[in-house]
Amino acid sequence: MEKTPLASDPYNLVITGVGGQGNVMASRVLGNMMSRKGLNVTIGETFGASQRGGSVMSHLRISSETSWSPQIPKGKAHMIVALEPIETVRVLRDYGGPETRVICNTRPIHPVGVISGDQVYPSLEELRNWIKELTATAWFIDATDAAVRLGDPIFGNIMMIGALAGVGDLPMDRSDFEAVISQGMPKPKVEANLKAYDMGLELIEAV
Amino acid sequence: MSYLADDRKNETYLLMGNEAIARGALEAGVSVAAGYPGTPSSEIIETLAEASNQRKLYVEWSVNEKVAMEVAAAASFAGLRSLCVMKQNGVNVGSDFLLHLAGSGTRGGLVLVHCDDPGALSSANEGESRHFARLVEIPLLEPGDFQEAKDMIKWAFALSEEIKSLVMVRSVTRLSHASGNVTFGQLPENDSKAYFRHGGTFLDPLEGPLISLPVAYKHGQQQEKLRQAVDRFEDSSFNIYSGPEFPELLIVTSSACHLYSKEAINLLGVEDRVGLLKLGTTWPLPPKLMRKQMGRSDKILVVEEVIPFLEENVKILVAELAPEIGIKTFFGKKEGTLPKVGELNPDLVLDAVSKILQIDYEPAPQAYIKRAGELAAVAAPGRDLIFCPGCPHRASFWSIHNILQMDGRDGFVCGDIGCYSLAMLPTGFGTLKTLHAMGSGTGLASGFGKLGRFGMDQPVLAVCGDSTFFHAVLPALVNAVHHKSNITLVVLDNSGTAMTGFQSHPGLPVDAAGKEAPSIDISGVCESIGATVKVCDPFKLEDTQSTLLNLLEKETGVKVLILRQICALSPEKKSKKMYDMKIDETTCLGENCGCNRLCTRIFKCPGLIWGKEEKVAKIDDVICTGCGVCASICPSGAIIKKEVA
Ligand code: SF4
Ligand code: SF4
Repeated sequence: MEKTPLASDPYNLVITGVGGQGNVMASRVLGNMMSRKGLNVTIGETFGASQRGGSVMSHLRISSETSWSPQIPKGKAHMIVALEPIETVRVLRDYGGPETRVICNTRPIHPVGVISGDQVYPSLEELRNWIKELTATAWFIDATDAAVRLGDPIFGNIMMIGALAGVGDLPMDRSDFEAVISQGMPKPKVEANLKAYDMGLELIEAV
Repeated sequence: MSYLADDRKNETYLLMGNEAIARGALEAGVSVAAGYPGTPSSEIIETLAEASNQRKLYVEWSVNEKVAMEVAAAASFAGLRSLCVMKQNGVNVGSDFLLHLAGSGTRGGLVLVHCDDPGALSSANEGESRHFARLVEIPLLEPGDFQEAKDMIKWAFALSEEIKSLVMVRSVTRLSHASGNVTFGQLPENDSKAYFRHGGTFLDPLEGPLISLPVAYKHGQQQEKLRQAVDRFEDSSFNIYSGPEFPELLIVTSSACHLYSKEAINLLGVEDRVGLLKLGTTWPLPPKLMRKQMGRSDKILVVEEVIPFLEENVKILVAELAPEIGIKTFFGKKEGTLPKVGELNPDLVLDAVSKILQIDYEPAPQAYIKRAGELAAVAAPGRDLIFCPGCPHRASFWSIHNILQMDGRDGFVCGDIGCYSLAMLPTGFGTLKTLHAMGSGTGLASGFGKLGRFGMDQPVLAVCGDSTFFHAVLPALVNAVHHKSNITLVVLDNSGTAMTGFQSHPGLPVDAAGKEAPSIDISGVCESIGATVKVCDPFKLEDTQSTLLNLLEKETGVKVLILRQICALSPEKKSKKMYDMKIDETTCLGENCGCNRLCTRIFKCPGLIWGKEEKVAKIDDVICTGCGVCASICPSGAIIKKEVA
């Protein structure tokens, strides 16, 4: 049998963020890229009410052998791609382990409780230290900021996908990315997304 | 153009469970599909509606689930294959028709897909609808993965056509909204013709009138159909056993729970001790198959969501088979190895199996779990659900809430189902005081409004969205008018079924496939039945508030206030800002503000944030949609809006 192209099999990845950040799109794009490589992919996610400002999570199970459950078992995430920093810690609590690695967008989105002053949002400094303590490796990038420079904060999600490609755990090809996003997207938008992907790659290499 | 509606036989794609179900219906040659939006079911009709632009197929978003069942049934009566789709609650709505339909029988294949929401991830309850299959005596199928979701729909159509009965197929959120690889089969050309035969006798199921009378005869037929279904279930390839011949423990399961069980067995490494019986045909259970599998193990764990439906049915069967297979020990929801409420996951199943087999298991080192828990407690403040930035509902409930306080008679609002249900929470200033089924807000208000003779003098309000208005509010409103109930209904008209992703409804000028359709005007309907009607833009706070106050204080009978403003997420609004917002830091009084930070502490649009260092409010440009409402909130006039050129 051919050797699996994955760092682990199944490779368990969580994409997390806040409703409205483009979590679902990111997981679909990555899932389709893996599917094009002939891998078995299962994606578990919730949408609906949690899209209204709640914490959201997509679970990706990628395997060269079989399909796995749409929920990753506790403690078994290999990688967490976080569009929002405190969500990283929330996911680590349930799905993290000493071997887990993290790519974290540093742009906070304040929960209403923080806006109203009932809760405290930790400083980025603290967050960085805590996330490092709970992971084998953690990369921090300001994807939202870069996305705003590109013209729209929503590109943050694609930038994180580009960053993930830079880590090299998964067989991610730029050509697959292009093919996947070209489905049902007008050309100028495809260009912008490709740029976002490349910027993500650069950002992670610069860390 | 959707690839789902192209032939592409033998190609493999990553599909959402709901897309797989839609593809299955297309491969079965479905002609008509009808449904009502509801998470987690909506993408099935959406996918088919898109496909209807490419293929011979009629798809509609019906006004409610009962009508959807009737529309689909009509197609079946005329000999076509048809599908109806809804979330769990919808089956309750349609159940009266369902019972009669089971009695009358069907002609063209008719499949009801219902998507349950264990754990109420996007619902106001976690009720389920499998028991309807037992109640009305029709077959029930449950796909266990994505490929099955597609293939089983195809099979369900064939089964329905063979036995001339409606067939139920149950999905759950973790299948409908999860995605996996699906290999496509062939798409047939649709050359079916519709014709309703009705000239035969009452007893003729193919040529006669379709009714459930004479009851005893038709009921007997129905039970015979179930028996035929069971025969086919006995050797169905959707019932799969894996594991040793004589397992120490047998897991009986279905649906997404089968994936959790498989995962648990794998993580514990007990493949040689535990058997897994995955059932795809869960009602009625096929007795021969069950006897064979259950005869080989003394311990049985039933893994399912949410109520112990399968567990009870298995136990009845085991009791009947006891003389042959002996007495079994059961584990599951009844005895408490598995939780009785909420959704399951691999860890809960793993926990159950490790308890039964007495195996120690740790998901991660104890010290790690402890430390991660401690850190999460300080580092990850919870996220309450909130209205989107720029959501018209925030403005609407701000007005309703303030006017009720100003009115001072302890008035209250009966809630309904939609994004605006969130007005139970601080994001809607806790304005809603009841929340039940679709349309129940107005029904309850109609009742409250008649309690005056028992001394009740609180103003009674109800809210509903535009889609909900047509779904089930209308009969309640008619009831209130006819009985002179003294209530105010606020219709939060945001031009779409926002909660579930902008499906069309009778108030809009488009249909499910995006084609032009006659729209029905809510204010005209309300006026025609005799209600006092006012229309306001909720973003104009002053106007909205004075209109509402007037209605509450001056008018009697049924009053309807329509607050019209498009949803912030609607495609036409999303990309453009109406206003550029900024805070005048010298005017903002910060912590010294007499208003006690009304903007960020009470109004709480996430587009407004509190500058910890500067101690003044700030606008978060990434999040603010520029609706301009907060400018009218700040008593100091520190929030400034400038029209975008
Ligand atoms: S989707 Fe629309 S209606 Fe629903 S909370 Fe967001 S803005 Fe409001
Ligand atoms: S203008 Fe004010 S209320 Fe409207 S989205 Fe921006 S911050 Fe929120």
